[in-house]
Amino acid sequence: MASTSTSRPTRLSTASLGLRERIADIWRSRELLVAFTRTELKVKYKNSVLGFVWSMLNPALYLVVFYVVFQLILGSGIPNFPIFLLSGLLVWNLFSVGLAGATGSVVANAGLVRKVSFSREILPLASIGAALVHFFLQAIVLVIALLVFRYDVAFSYLPLLPVALLALLALAAALGVLLAAVNVKLRDTAHFLELALLGWFWLTPIVYPYEVVAEKLGSSVWIYQLNPVMWVVLSFQRAIYGQVDEPVASASLSGAADTATKILPPGDQWWYLWHLGIVIAASVGVFLIALRFFGRAEGDFAEEL
Amino acid sequence: MGSAISVRNVSKHFTVAHERYPSLKERVIHLGRTQGEDFVALHPMDIEIAEGTTFGLLGHNGSGKSTLLKCIAGILRPTSGEIETRGRVAALLELGAGFQPELTGRENVYLNGAILGMSKRDLARRFDEIVAFAELEQFIDTQVRFYSSGMYVRLGFAIAVSVDPDILLVDEVLAVGDEAFQRKCLERVERFQLEGRTIVVVTHAADLVRRICQAAAVLHHGNLVACGDPGESVQVFREHLRKSESRPKPGEAPAVNDIFRIGTVVLEHPGGRSCSSIEPGGPLSVRVAFDVDAPVDDLVLTIMIHDSEGRMVHGVNTEDAGFRMPTVEGSGEFVFAFAQVPLPDGEYAITLCATSRDGLYIYDWHEQRYRFDVRDPARALASHDFPVRVTLEHETTYDRALQR
Repeated sequence: MASTSTSRPTRLSTASLGLRERIADIWRSRELLVAFTRTELKVKYKNSVLGFVWSMLNPALYLVVFYVVFQLILGSGIPNFPIFLLSGLLVWNLFSVGLAGATGSVVANAGLVRKVSFSREILPLASIGAALVHFFLQAIVLVIALLVFRYDVAFSYLPLLPVALLALLALAAALGVLLAAVNVKLRDTAHFLELALLGWFWLTPIVYPYEVVAEKLGSSVWIYQLNPVMWVVLSFQRAIYGQVDEPVASASLSGAADTATKILPPGDQWWYLWHLGIVIAASVGVFLIALRFFGRAEGDFAEEL
Repeated sequence: MGSAISVRNVSKHFTVAHERYPSLKERVIHLGRTQGEDFVALHPMDIEIAEGTTFGLLGHNGSGKSTLLKCIAGILRPTSGEIETRGRVAALLELGAGFQPELTGRENVYLNGAILGMSKRDLARRFDEIVAFAELEQFIDTQVRFYSSGMYVRLGFAIAVSVDPDILLVDEVLAVGDEAFQRKCLERVERFQLEGRTIVVVTHAADLVRRICQAAAVLHHGNLVACGDPGESVQVFREHLRKSESRPKPGEAPAVNDIFRIGTVVLEHPGGRSCSSIEPGGPLSVRVAFDVDAPVDDLVLTIMIHDSEGRMVHGVNTEDAGFRMPTVEGSGEFVFAFAQVPLPDGEYAITLCATSRDGLYIYDWHEQRYRFDVRDPARALASHDFPVRVTLEHETTYDRALQR
C-alpha cells in the first residue's frame, strides 16, 4: 500500500501557494492552456459563416479608414503608409485584445471557477493565447500587403521580431493576470481598461511616426519612452517598415538634408534589443507580483463570483 | 492505512459586506468606510479521513459543510491551516460545470477532461467509455446547448468519474437525472467503495450517512461538533438540529420546514369518489399522499374535522391513534380509516397538518381544504324522492308554506 501511496500526487492546500509551486502548476497545466485557447477561438467563430476571415477584416478596415483620414485628408506624408500602419497596428491589436480578454476572463468563466479546481491563472493566459492566434492570422494580411507592394523589409532587423513578441506577451500576461484578479473585486476594471486602452493607443506611435513626438519633446522624450508597448511597436516598424526617414525629393530644392521627415529612431539593432530587454525584465517582475496577488485573491474567487 | 485527506487546523473567513461596493465608483465614494464584516465560515478544525473509507459530512444549511468540501477540492483556499490530499481528487459539485454550450459533446469531453486534469492521450483512450456511460452515442457531435438537462448531467458525471479518482468528493446535488441513471451513478459510487477509494459525501440526510459511511463528521455553524463513528455523529447532528438557533424555542411560534409535503388527499367512502356525501355513522377513509425531501423521523400527522361554522368537532393525530410512526422517506400514503362518522347532517371540512413531535416545526398545513357532507338518506328522500303535487284550492297559509 505504501508504494502506491507514494506514487499518488499529493497536494497541499494552504492560504497562499508559494511562487515556485504556482509557476510549476501553470507549467503542468499547459495542456489546459491549449484547450482553453482553442475553446475561446472555437466559441467565437462557431456559428459564423466567415469565421476567421472576420479577424482579418478588422485590420483591413482600420487600414482603409486610417489611410483615408491620415494620408488623403490630413496628408501625413509617410511613404508606404499602409505598411507603416499595419506593422504597428497588428502588435497593438494583440496587446489590447489580449489584455481586455484576460481582464474579463475569470468573471466570464464564473461557473467554472465556482465549481471546479484548476490553476485559474490559465484563464487570463488563454485569452492572451487566443489573441496571439488572431495576431498570426492578421499577419497574413500584412504579408499579403508586403507581397503586393513588393516591399523590402529590413532583413537585418528581423531577428528583433521574436524578442519584441516575447516582450509584448510578457507584458500582456503580467497586466492580464493582475487585472483579472482585480476585476473579480472591482467589476469596473474592465470598463476602465477599455478607456485606458483607447488613450494608450494614441500615446503609442502607430498611426503617426515616433520622431514627430520625439522632436517636439526634445530632452523630455524619456517620459514618452516609458511606454513599454512603444518599444515593441517601434521594433516591428523598424524590422518590417524599415524606413528611418523619408528621403524627401523636395530636400534637394532647399539643399538641406535635415528637412527630411524623420520617422523612426535611428538606433541600431542593439539599441532596440536593449530597450526590449528592459521591457521584458520589467514585465517578468510585474508578472511575478501579479502571480502573488492573483494567488492571494484566488482562494476566495469561488465565493466572490 | 494512512490518511487520504488531512485537514489540519483549517479555518475559513469571508468578508461579508453589509452593502457591497463592487464597482470602482462606489468604492471611491465610500472610501474609508468599513468594507465589510469578517465572517467565520469554518472555525479551526482537524479531520483525518482514512484511505478507503466513505466519509459523511453532516450539517444543516449554512453549517460550513460545503465550504469545507470546496476547500478539500481546492476550489477555495483555507484562510489558515492546511489540507493535504493524497491521490487524484475528483469533485462532483455540479455536473457539467464548465461545459461550453456552443461546442459539441465531443469537444466538451476533451475540454472538461483537460480541466479535470486528464491528458489528451488519457481522454482519447477513455472517450468511447465516457460516451457509452453517458448513453450519448448518437448526440456526441451535437452542440451541447441542444442537450436536455438529463443528457447534460449524464455527460458531466461520465467525464467526472472517468478521471479515475483516488478521492471522490460528492455534494448532495447528485440526485439528478432520471431514475435509471441515478441507479447507474449509485452503482458507480458503490464500485468506487469496493475498489477501496476514498469518498467524501456532503449531505444533510442522516440516514444516508448511517447506511453508507464508515465515519462521519458534523459541522454546526462552522464548528466541528462531532467526528468519528457515523451512528454517534448522526445522533449529535439530530441534537444540534434541535438546538439550532434557527429552530424556535418552546412557546414561540413554530417554524415552517417544508421537507415533508402533503400531496393529493382523497376521501373514500361507500358512496364512491364522485359523491361527496356519507351517511351518518357511515365509514370514511382519508388517504393522504406525501413526499419527503429528507428523511423525517419525528413526524406527527393530525386530522381535524370542522363543521360548517368552522368549529372543530373532532381531532386526532397519529400519536393519539397509537400509530408507531417510522422514519418517513421518499413518498407514500397515510390512510386514516374511520369505521364510523357519528356526525349529524351537515357540511364538514377536514384540516390536515404535519408537524414535528415537539411541535416546534410545521412541515405542512392544509386548513379546511377537503369537504364532505353528511346526509341522512331518510331525510334526503323527504326532500327529493317524496313526490309532492301542489294544487291551489284555497288560499291557506299551509299551502303557501308548502309552495315555498
